[in-house]
Amino acid sequence: MIQVNNLSKEYNGTTVLNIESLEIPKGQSFGLVGNNGAGKTTFFSLLLDLIQPTTGSILNNEVQVNTSENWKPFTASFLDESFLIGYLTPEEYFYFIGDLRGQNKADVDVLLAQHEEFFNGEILKNKKYLRDLSKGNQKKVGIIATLIGNPEVIILDEPFANLDPTTVNRLKKIIKDLSENPNVTILVSSHDLQHTVDVCDRIVALNKGELVKDMPTTKETLQELELFFAV
Amino acid sequence: MIAKFIYLEWKSFTRSASFAQNLALKILMGFLVLYFTVLFLALGVGTFYILEEMHLNPLATVNKFLIYYFGMDLIVRLLLQAIPVMNIRPLLIMPFKRETIVHFSLGKTALSFFNLVHAFFFLPFCAVLIYEGFDVLSVLLWLTALYSIVFINNFLNILLNNKDSLLGIFIVVTVVLAGCQYYKLFDITAYVYPFFEALFHTRWVFAIPVLVLAGLYYWTYNYLKGDLYLDAGLSVKNDIAKTENLTWLNQFGTLGTFLKNDIKLIKRNKRSKTTVGMSVMFLFYGLIFFNSHSNQPPVMQIFAGIFVSGGFLFTFGQFVPSWDSSYYQLMMTQNIPYRGYLNSKWWLIVIGTVISTILASFYLYFGWYVYLTIVAGAVYNIGVNSHLVLLGGAYTKTPIDLSMSKGAFGDKKSFNVNTMLLSLPKLLLPVFLYWLGSYIMSPKLGLAFVALAGVLGFMFRNTVFLLIEKIYKKEKYKTIEAYKQKS
Repeated sequence: MIQVNNLSKEYNGTTVLNIESLEIPKGQSFGLVGNNGAGKTTFFSLLLDLIQPTTGSILNNEVQVNTSENWKPFTASFLDESFLIGYLTPEEYFYFIGDLRGQNKADVDVLLAQHEEFFNGEILKNKKYLRDLSKGNQKKVGIIATLIGNPEVIILDEPFANLDPTTVNRLKKIIKDLSENPNVTILVSSHDLQHTVDVCDRIVALNKGELVKDMPTTKETLQELELFFAV
Repeated sequence: MIAKFIYLEWKSFTRSASFAQNLALKILMGFLVLYFTVLFLALGVGTFYILEEMHLNPLATVNKFLIYYFGMDLIVRLLLQAIPVMNIRPLLIMPFKRETIVHFSLGKTALSFFNLVHAFFFLPFCAVLIYEGFDVLSVLLWLTALYSIVFINNFLNILLNNKDSLLGIFIVVTVVLAGCQYYKLFDITAYVYPFFEALFHTRWVFAIPVLVLAGLYYWTYNYLKGDLYLDAGLSVKNDIAKTENLTWLNQFGTLGTFLKNDIKLIKRNKRSKTTVGMSVMFLFYGLIFFNSHSNQPPVMQIFAGIFVSGGFLFTFGQFVPSWDSSYYQLMMTQNIPYRGYLNSKWWLIVIGTVISTILASFYLYFGWYVYLTIVAGAVYNIGVNSHLVLLGGAYTKTPIDLSMSKGAFGDKKSFNVNTMLLSLPKLLLPVFLYWLGSYIMSPKLGLAFVALAGVLGFMFRNTVFLLIEKIYKKEKYKTIEAYKQKS
């Protein structure tokens, strides 16, 4: 589904990301781990054509992301709060995204009803604008909004951060359910090794912009990762 | 301990956004400050002699109108002077005594610009009084009393902060009193004038405002001290949100989706609300030009025509796409054709221009020709200027903080060479066309030329949009990068 060739990104002569080749097949749930500054967000930003690669390219379902915009209809993402529109209520935001993705109000309502438990009664009909919600609740809105319109590629940057323990478990269940669908490719980045191992079929570790580990999830994966990141 | 506070203040002052500009702008700002200082000083010195020239007793006249002076001061404060509560938050958990924090915060407001500015008027005026042989002690006591009232206003503003309804009441009361005085129905100054006179002529009266000030300081101190909690005085007020579906816009498809969003953007944010308020002021701009007493050259009338209908275009349109800066990354990853996005902004500008033109119909009072000028200006705005602001927007890379009402007059940083060049045809081209028509035949032909340019621009809309789209795409990464940097 996603193909990376000779990708690198430099800022003022410092290489912050350098991936020679990486292929993510359709239907995989892909976990990206690494310390701060390892290049996780840079990679996702390149994948979403928010920054330009210094060399190389990324193909998303055969579409080269920095030359064509045709990847947008089937790709959904949530990187940070700058993906939220602060002056809208959560409902308005969902319907807005729905409008852009060709879903009418009824379609969106069905999806929201499915995730009522995830919202835990703190999101819908709460008379608050998104800018006034807590960080965790903002995240919940952003994550569910990526599910609108049945996207084939879902990109979530640090989805577990700022969430309470119950919500983390609910989110894990959502991601696992999604990964059972052979048409949905999920990319998740996290600092939390345990969570990533729990939900992903494959883990890739980045360190200072280089790809240092690439392995399918097995019983030993967590141990191996913890050894790698041990101090 | 106070030294630590002062250190923090100094840092926050020198590192504030308005200081982080380039040298040229700093120098320009310096000159502006100097200019206004000199202006105020001249006013302070000049008032005495001007009033004397008018055969009025300077001191008595000033005393008479002081009530309005202080009334206006309070209104301006309620409107503009913000209480710096947010800065207190990080101090709460530091080893400072609560009393110290409150005293410091109150002391800080005392040094605010809104208090210092009065010195520019009062000090030179008092200096002139002493120079002209008034009793020195009386002058000093009078000055002390007046400055006490200035500080009373300062602390009143703190106590009355967050009570928006009061502001309206103050404005209404002041306007009604001024109106009554103008039409000689009721003269408030007759009642308060003796008090201000007494401040000067009776030695002990000055103690009244000083004592009131002391009492008020104590009250404010207690009020703030009891409120020094995150969920009380230091809380951030949240608006009660109401979901609006605006379903009637659904019939317009993608355009409707964006329009819905833009309407909410304008309604729910401070900055956009002030901007739209500003654009209403443009409506009255023509009064300067169309007034029969004005001695502006007739060719400048078309200038006014452009401005009257173009308020929304110039104030709001100029900052497209910065209005969406806080969530620009979202827009860039969603399934949005640039075309649809730009189109909706264009329509918003068109709707704004049409509404302005309809509201401007009161210019019919000055005759048909004047209104025709405004309509021709509107056609030009829709056909040509709307495209130019969108084009300029591609180069405007200043993020907008929607929750701030400041900076509605335009961000200094958004002036760059590209946007400057683009504003020339916005204003000069119609003036030239109008002049050309007037020169060849008559001003009517000039108007026709201007309108024709608008129609032509409208006809080539598709080509122009393709061009604008291309530039937006080219500038995309730079724009995202710039919007990520919060001011």
